[in-house]
Amino acid sequence: MLKNKLKIGGSWIAILVLIVVPSIIYGDKFFSTTNAFNVLRQMSMIGLISIGMTCVILTAGIDLSVGATVALAAVLSAMLTEKSVFLAIFVPVLAGIFIGAVNGFIIARLKIVPFIATLAVQMAVRGIAYIITDIKSISVSEHAASFAILGRGYLYGIPIPVLILALVLVIMGFVCQRTSFGRSLYAIGGNEDAAKMMGIKVARNKAIAYVLTGAFSGLAGVILCSRLGAGQPLSGTGWEMDAVAAVAIGGTLLSGGVGGVWKTLSGVLITALIGNIINLQGNVNTYVQQIVMGAIVLVVIIIQRRTQMKES
Amino acid sequence: MGNEYILEMKGISKSFSSVKVLHEVDFRIKKGEVHALMGENGAGKSTLIKILTGIYSRDGGTILFDGKEIHPADALEAQKAGISTIYQEISLIGQLSVAENIYIGREIKKHGAIDWKAINEKSRELLAGLGLDIDVTKVLSSYGTAIQQMVAIARSILIDAKLVIMDEATSSLDDDEVKILFNIIRKLKAQGISVLFISHRLPEIFEIADSLTVLKDGSLVGEYRTADLTRKELVSKMIGHDAENIVEVKRTYRKVSGEEYLKVSDIQSGIKLKGLNLTIHRGEIVGLAGLLGAGRTELARVIFGIDRKDKGEIWIDGKPVEFKLPAHAIGHGLAFCSEDRKVEGIIPNLTIAENISIANMKEVSRFGVIHHAKQRAVAKEYIEKIRIKTTGTDQKIKNLSGGNQQKVILARWLSMKPDFIILDEPTRGIDVGAKKEIEDLIREISAEGISVLLISSEFEELIRNCDRVEVLRDGKNAGCLRGEEITENNIMSLIATGKVETGGGQSE
Repeated sequence: MLKNKLKIGGSWIAILVLIVVPSIIYGDKFFSTTNAFNVLRQMSMIGLISIGMTCVILTAGIDLSVGATVALAAVLSAMLTEKSVFLAIFVPVLAGIFIGAVNGFIIARLKIVPFIATLAVQMAVRGIAYIITDIKSISVSEHAASFAILGRGYLYGIPIPVLILALVLVIMGFVCQRTSFGRSLYAIGGNEDAAKMMGIKVARNKAIAYVLTGAFSGLAGVILCSRLGAGQPLSGTGWEMDAVAAVAIGGTLLSGGVGGVWKTLSGVLITALIGNIINLQGNVNTYVQQIVMGAIVLVVIIIQRRTQMKES
Repeated sequence: MGNEYILEMKGISKSFSSVKVLHEVDFRIKKGEVHALMGENGAGKSTLIKILTGIYSRDGGTILFDGKEIHPADALEAQKAGISTIYQEISLIGQLSVAENIYIGREIKKHGAIDWKAINEKSRELLAGLGLDIDVTKVLSSYGTAIQQMVAIARSILIDAKLVIMDEATSSLDDDEVKILFNIIRKLKAQGISVLFISHRLPEIFEIADSLTVLKDGSLVGEYRTADLTRKELVSKMIGHDAENIVEVKRTYRKVSGEEYLKVSDIQSGIKLKGLNLTIHRGEIVGLAGLLGAGRTELARVIFGIDRKDKGEIWIDGKPVEFKLPAHAIGHGLAFCSEDRKVEGIIPNLTIAENISIANMKEVSRFGVIHHAKQRAVAKEYIEKIRIKTTGTDQKIKNLSGGNQQKVILARWLSMKPDFIILDEPTRGIDVGAKKEIEDLIREISAEGISVLLISSEFEELIRNCDRVEVLRDGKNAGCLRGEEITENNIMSLIATGKVETGGGQSE
């Protein structure tokens, strides 16, 4: 328990370092409201997906279909701006919920391992996104000017995607800590057989975790479309791995049962800050970012493994 | 009358594929009593429990629980009816707090949100009622097995269990912890909750159980009041021979043994082995007898380097050895045919040839590449030598009969030319013909100078084949029998009382 607390402390200390050091080096270029909102806005989409992913990983599962869901949601959203802004926002989210339900059904009911199930769904969903767009970018309709607010607008001076992320985070933080459903995710990931014996509806709650992830991915797709002013069938590629990395770095065990969405926030912040700092450096190849991220994920996983072994 | 029993199972039958494992068993438990279910491995205890808790479906029979007929389709339904099971492996969630483990699934809520304060408070009270004062906000896994078990019991009280099943619940507890658990069982009893207690430790049964039911080979032997039985009577009922009329089994085998090969002294490990000694000479067959959990398999696993020992020494040919891995033991000429060939022995989808050479790849490969002709040649040699019935070396092992699978595993170890082989229940689940062949084989290899440690629950097998039988009881040596002393009566007396009866013919 104490160790867990130290671990949370560890990632927040890392964030502090990632803020203080660049502030000294880059000054105002880094330490400014504009840049802070940049970082936060950039991480809002991966953040949303990572919150869903946290729920799934708490049950000892994984969802590889989130990136494809983002793409499908984004193109659906762009297409629907012709009709109405309302539909352009809600239909893609419903599509995400549907994809999540399919994942949940395959995993919880047909008992297929999550890795394979969501991999298959990922391929299918990506395929659908290609077919309906003919692999071309779809522009947002010129008549739907208000649609851009979702991705680019501000409320009380704060970017709207950041507000959405904050809202979802607070709700899901509460759900995980203070509702039966949330606690059941921990129980399932900790010991699925025991959870079943305790009267927890394992299959249903597992499925809900995937549905939530689908919904948040759909929402992320809508925001992406709104920001870019277009829906691209190739967008969201590799996001599933970014989300898994953020969850892991935050301190949620990939083996399930331990972690939480607030921890994931720290993971998302760390990844976003590193990306931002490398960008500010300017002359560094962006692929270096991937190497750095890879190294960080590895180190975190090794530390997790060590502390786990010590506990057992 | 109908209210006297909390549980009445009548005429319960169960078959797996075509093998009947329960033959119309009757089993009943009174309200507020502690009832023990006794029987050796394969007696049908766990099948019966699994039918009761809804894990298996029954082929026939009725279950009356609290006066109502129930058909539990899964563990959850059984639990809802009021049957709670405490397993030997804790079926709680180690990563969650003690309080959460007690309350999960029926959380106390305030304004729709979980009220952690109330849950922690109530858990503390509940555990205090069981005499346990611990920090309920700490994660469960930070406590030992005994406390985890008590948390499980607290949970079953909370969910209004009327019958608590404790399946080998004491097997991982030390003496003090057992005492605490027994106090809790007495408290459950005082509240009118019945306890179905399963343990292989006889003293525990006589201490805590009011009555008991004995099963053997899937049939009911009888239901008794514990006070009416002696330990020896209970053992003889479990093993299935009346102490008074034991059929003398002919010793078919007699042999003088060579120099000392293996010596084991004062082995202690966990709570299962409490200081065991053993000596085996070259070419000698030594039997290990004892009830389930007496420490037979556990001792073999320590010798072979699978499990750690806390204390004690092992010598081979007069030199001390320390095996950290089975590979080290194998390198020293040891072999171990484990009890559960399905799990630890055969690799079902590989051929006979592959299964034989899998532990000895070096022998059949060149520069790390497997030489198939060589592999087949080795397989052929052993198929002939130990008479494995097969269509050829390339037949998949899963298509062989149990007896022939066992022979393949024997062949695997024999192909490594061991000095010493441990056989754990080598003839379990094998038909009579194959059983005789395997017993013959055991004597043949010992004649070639290989020492054998034969772990068996069948006294006749020990009597027919062993030069010496070491009887274990509760992780300690109960006594050693040699030659003519090896009789069913003597083995049984040692298991039950730790003493050999003198002045023959006197039976309790």
